[in-house]
Parts: sequence; structure tokens; C-alpha cells
Amino acid sequence: MDTTQDVIAGVGLADRPRKSRWPARMDFAQSASGLVLALFMWGHMFFVSTILVSKDAMWTVTKFFEGYFVLGASYPGVVSVVVAGVLALIMLHAFLAMRKFPANYRQYRTFLGHRRLMAHEDTTLWWVQVVTGFLLFFMAAVHLYQMMMHPGAIGPYGSADRVWSGRWWPLYLVLLFAVELHGGVGLYRLCVKWGWLEGKDPAASRHRLKVAKWVLTVFFLALGLATLGAYMKIGHEHAARAGERYTPAWVVPNPQEKAP
Amino acid sequence: MADGTAPRKLIFKILRYNPKVPGDRPRLQSYQLEEADGMTLFIALNEIRDKQDGSLAFDFVCRAGICGSCAMMIDGRPGLACRTLTKSLGAEITLAPLPVFELIADLSVDTGKWMRGMSERLETWVHLKEGEVDLRRIEERMDPDLAEEIFELDRCIECGCCVAGCGTARMREDFVGAVGLNKIARFRLDPRDTRSDEDFYELVGDDNGVFGCMSLLGCHDVCPKQLPLQTQIAFLRRKMVSQGMK
Repeated sequence: MDTTQDVIAGVGLADRPRKSRWPARMDFAQSASGLVLALFMWGHMFFVSTILVSKDAMWTVTKFFEGYFVLGASYPGVVSVVVAGVLALIMLHAFLAMRKFPANYRQYRTFLGHRRLMAHEDTTLWWVQVVTGFLLFFMAAVHLYQMMMHPGAIGPYGSADRVWSGRWWPLYLVLLFAVELHGGVGLYRLCVKWGWLEGKDPAASRHRLKVAKWVLTVFFLALGLATLGAYMKIGHEHAARAGERYTPAWVVPNPQEKAP
Repeated sequence: MADGTAPRKLIFKILRYNPKVPGDRPRLQSYQLEEADGMTLFIALNEIRDKQDGSLAFDFVCRAGICGSCAMMIDGRPGLACRTLTKSLGAEITLAPLPVFELIADLSVDTGKWMRGMSERLETWVHLKEGEVDLRRIEERMDPDLAEEIFELDRCIECGCCVAGCGTARMREDFVGAVGLNKIARFRLDPRDTRSDEDFYELVGDDNGVFGCMSLLGCHDVCPKQLPLQTQIAFLRRKMVSQGMK
């Protein structure tokens, strides 16, 4: 045996005489990681949707995150680091959230029966989070790995080629619904879970939060669908020259750099 | 009816099952009844038992929403039979016993056993300082606003609706439910109770306690006493997290 602690914990007496503080930390960390991810998701959606403004706008946002306007050259590695951080946060959040998933057939059977019988919106929304969360384990991981390994391929043509010629659009279509539903419900649940924005009339506040949650979900789904459609259209038109990078007409090519 | 309309023909589909009868199978049995003015489910069930089927088992005591005995699943949601008017429901009404609690028969469940277990586990009584019990001494005055706050939470009748309406309690039988968390919130407010947040953390600071709550708010939405469960659980969570971070 290694230590006294191992023996005590090994026979299930770790909580004596003082209960572990880890459940509190995990509960907090689950909410905190979820909050950061949900806010990131909205920010991300705004950045990618700049393609709806123009190719130049999207190119500018991309280059901004690569440090082009600050450092004078593009460093896609910066994006890789951010993506790696997001992936780590997703893994942490998934690990913590999994504690709440039904764990066996009996629990699945019981919960699904309960959900159907109760026909209670917040109970159903939690189930939506379970299903979308499960989907995100895989789809978000695939997307993020690609972004982490090929950050330089993000751009008006690079992204559009990936979506269309690379056949990523089916994944993005499902990912969009999964992430928007999951994050939207998650933010609403965070508010009621911690008593944020409760005000003097919690019932009225909850109603307003739910309305806001649906308005935001519909808005981001519409924005996401329009954005995906725009990338598909550009990708389709650019299919013959897939792989070529976009450079705005106003950019003077930098001899030090191969392709901005 | 009082408004001149013809009374509705109500169809009650009631889950019948007695676990003590060998070979008995859960089934829905239908009963027809003519609706009357001001008819509650309690009245309807008594009429069915008196005139149609004396074997139907269900509980009631106070008939006024105070004892909590007549809680059952009404069209899929927990509620009190004595407080539910048939006119608030459709013509076809499905009744089933509360889940989680030990089923006695048909609509009758033993909530007492569960509640007692929860109370013993969470020590839901005022903890005075050792040796401080002096029955002759006049009780200390309490601020009326604080007393009101405590009474507000003390309105819980332990009917079990919050437990039956909770997704976590349905999946995880050790979860203390909103009724347990509400009691901790109540004793936490009580200035006579000497327990600190550290002591309360020992009672509800885990996944069977406040951190097990997934905020589905089924408890809050079905509570027949309209207790502020959402607010209380959120408050307790914040307190227990800050205790856990120390």
C-alpha cells in the first residue's frame, strides 16, 4: 500500500470525519467552464459570421487573431493555442457534466419515463442538454482538432473550401444545432441554478430569462445557418480553385510572407 | 351545473396495483363519473370508492391541503387530490401513485418512511448548545421579519410532490430532494440553531445533497404550497460552494 490516505479512501472512508470539498469545487467548475464556453461560442459565432458582411471583413478578423495587425505578420500558432485551451475546457466541462448523466439502464428508463409523464419544459430542456452534450463530445472534438492542426487554413476561401470541398458542412450543420441548444439552455440553467438576475419576483425573472434564452437561440441558429450557407456558396463557387487563399485587394503583399 | 351547462362525464383512469398481492400487475382501470360543482379529485375518488369500487386505495386526512396525504400523480404531474378541481382538468383524468415512495396499493404511498429517513439524515431539528435545554426559561425574542422568513419555509407539508417531480430524485434514490434542502435552508435561518455552514456542509455538501440538484425546477413548479424552492436551493448552493472553497 502507498499511503494511509489511499487505504482510507480505498475502503470508502474518505469523508470521515470531514466531508470532501471536491463536490463543491466540481459544481463550481462545471458552471464556470460552461459559462466561459457558452460565451466563447457566441463570440465565435459573431466572428465567423463576418463572412456575411464581406470576405474582407472575415479575412480581417482572421488575421487579427493571428496577430497580423499587431505583430506585422501572421502567426496561426496563436489560434492553435487558443483552440487547445478551448478543447481542454470542453474536456473538463464534459468530465464534470458526465456526473449528472443517467448512468445505467434503470436510470435512463426512469428519467425518460419521468420526462414524458411530467411534460415539464425545464426537465425536457435538461434532456436536450444531455443529448446535445453527448453529440458535442465527438463533433466539437473533430472540429477543434482540425482547427488546432490547420489554423492557417482559416479564412474566406480556406474555411469555405473546407466546408464545401472538404465536405464538412454536414458536421457543421448538426454541430450548430447541438452547440446553440446546449449553450443556450446551459446559460438559462446557470441563472436559475445560482440565482442570478432573480430580482424581487423570481417567477417573472425566470419567465423573462426563458424568453430571452429562446430569442437568443433562434437568433444564433438563424445567424449560424446564414453563415454556413454563405460558406457553402463561396466554397461551391471556389471549388475549382480549392486550396487557394484569399487576399483582399487592398493588401500589399509582404515579400517576407508567403501568403497572408 | 351552476352556470346552466350540462355536467361533464369524467373518465378516471386510475393505476391499480397492490405489490402485496402475488401476481398482481400494474394496470389502468377506468371509472366514469358525472362532474359536480366544485368537485375536487378528493371528492371524486371518494365517490368512486363509495359507489363503484370499495377496493380502491388512496389516502387523505385533512381535505384542506395541510396534511399532504393525498399527493398523487395527476395527469403525469404530482399534486394534491384535495386541492385539484376537476374543472381544471380534461374530461379524461389519469391518476397514479407518487413514485420514489414505498407503494402501499393503488394511489396510496408511504411518504412517512422516506421523510423520516431524510429528517434523520439531515438532522432537521433545532440544534441547541449542549446542556442549554431549559424548558422553564422564556424563549428569546425573534425578529418578526425573520420569524416570517422561517415560517414561510416551514409551510412545507412533506407531501412528497417535489421529490416525485424531481428528475434527480427519480434517478438517484439517495438524493435528499427539495424537501430536504428546504429544511436545511429553514434551520440555517433559525438563530436558535447553533449549527454553522461547516456543519450544514457535512449534511448537504455532496452529490446527494445540494450539488446533486440539476436545477430542473420540477420541485418548484409542482410544490402545492408554492414554496420558493428555486430561490432557496440557489441560495444554499452559493453558501455551500463558498464553504467548500474555504
